[in-house]
Amino acid sequence: MAPETTETSVVKEITPNEAWAELQEGDAKLIDTREPHEHAEAHIEGGRLIPPALIADQIAGAAAKTDRVILQCRSGARSAAAAEVLMELGYEDVVSMAGGILEWEAQGLPVASDAGLTPEQRDRYSRHTLLPEVGVEGQVKLLNAKVLLLGAGGLGAPTALYLAAAGIGKIGIVDDDVVDASNLQRQVIHNTSRVGQPKSSSARQSIEELNPDVEVVEYNFRLNAGNILDVISDYDIIVDGADNFPTRYLLNDASVRLKKPVVSASILSFDGQISTFVPYEGPCYRCLYPTPPPPELAPSCSANGVLGVMAGLMGMLQANEVMKLVLGIGEPLVGRLLLYEALGTRFTELKVRRDPECPICGPDAPEVPESEMGQFPDYEAFCGGYTGS
Amino acid sequence: MPSVKVPPVLRQHTGGATEVQAAGSNVGEVLNALVAEYPETKAQLFSEEGELNRFVNVYLNDEDVRVLDGLETAVSDTDTVMILPAMAGGSR
Repeated sequence: MAPETTETSVVKEITPNEAWAELQEGDAKLIDTREPHEHAEAHIEGGRLIPPALIADQIAGAAAKTDRVILQCRSGARSAAAAEVLMELGYEDVVSMAGGILEWEAQGLPVASDAGLTPEQRDRYSRHTLLPEVGVEGQVKLLNAKVLLLGAGGLGAPTALYLAAAGIGKIGIVDDDVVDASNLQRQVIHNTSRVGQPKSSSARQSIEELNPDVEVVEYNFRLNAGNILDVISDYDIIVDGADNFPTRYLLNDASVRLKKPVVSASILSFDGQISTFVPYEGPCYRCLYPTPPPPELAPSCSANGVLGVMAGLMGMLQANEVMKLVLGIGEPLVGRLLLYEALGTRFTELKVRRDPECPICGPDAPEVPESEMGQFPDYEAFCGGYTGS
Repeated sequence: MPSVKVPPVLRQHTGGATEVQAAGSNVGEVLNALVAEYPETKAQLFSEEGELNRFVNVYLNDEDVRVLDGLETAVSDTDTVMILPAMAGGSR
């Protein structure tokens, strides 16, 4: 074994300013080799925490051997030691940041801290913040997010519960219905003792019991062309679980105008569909379905069965889309329609493209007056406006 | 023979079948073969002028035939034609 001085001398060092420049470029992986309590106090955004004792075990999950790896600790000593470990493991391009986060801060470079979370929140959301893709920054994004749910029914019920558990800061619920015993086979946010209560207030009770961090806003009325812009303008993302075509087209037209992403799903018997419509980035609902079907092809207009579990599955997929949109990670279902067949347990993915002739989001789309949003020439003819399934 | 995936709303007209075989060398022929076998599907797929209804989306594998050659889009024996109607169930 070579003398220690020789080993240390091969570790390359860079200054905090050089590290900052590399991180801005986005090519280097930053590893914070300190203990969790130090990381919580102050850390460099984008860095991944791997305590010194775990570096050899956990590095493979954080960086490949050919990656550029910048190691950082408090003052530069532990990161230099960790750099030696990585080089012995065969990592080819490893540097230690001289002076650690102390020098980083002395140079006036930005640090993040877990200060955005209370001690209770650090505990409650620890399984989120442990994920490098979420972290404290991600959890703070979730706590600042505002999500509107259209319907606290089959789809909205499971979606609302999981979004609330995840710490979405504000959840709006649009539903003018009351809880019926026949809802309870799938609408798990309600319960037997709340039959007869408004769904929006039943949902609020469940959410508040689950997570006091969430502010719930009830909209105990139906959306129409006169109120929809007001309601949705307060939110970042809208989750569409509406049970009728007029509301779906109305929401589409209003959300395209206000450039609000919509996570849209629908279910029938054993089949489900889901897509994420991000205005002008991908297609809108009208690009996919230019016109609604007539009543005889619109199964929501009459009573139809649905497997309760289907509502849960599609609701979960909607919640997953919301999480990705808020956190800015992964690949949302933009331009993709995902079909799920429960009996065969089969997923099918279809491409959905922007329609150059789309009357709402196309390049030549006319300005639609508010009173005509969601309208069709034969609007009154289909489905009699609103009919619950 | 190409297969056709039948959506829930049309299954009452295909005896409950979720996927059927239908002969044809393009999408139009395949759909016409479906209609010949299950005549009650016709009104829901085609207008009286014989054009595909605007509210029915037809996919060849994972691509919308509207961005291919419409009903003229060539179909091979291993292809799947999917009929995709809008669904609105969810809330109540």
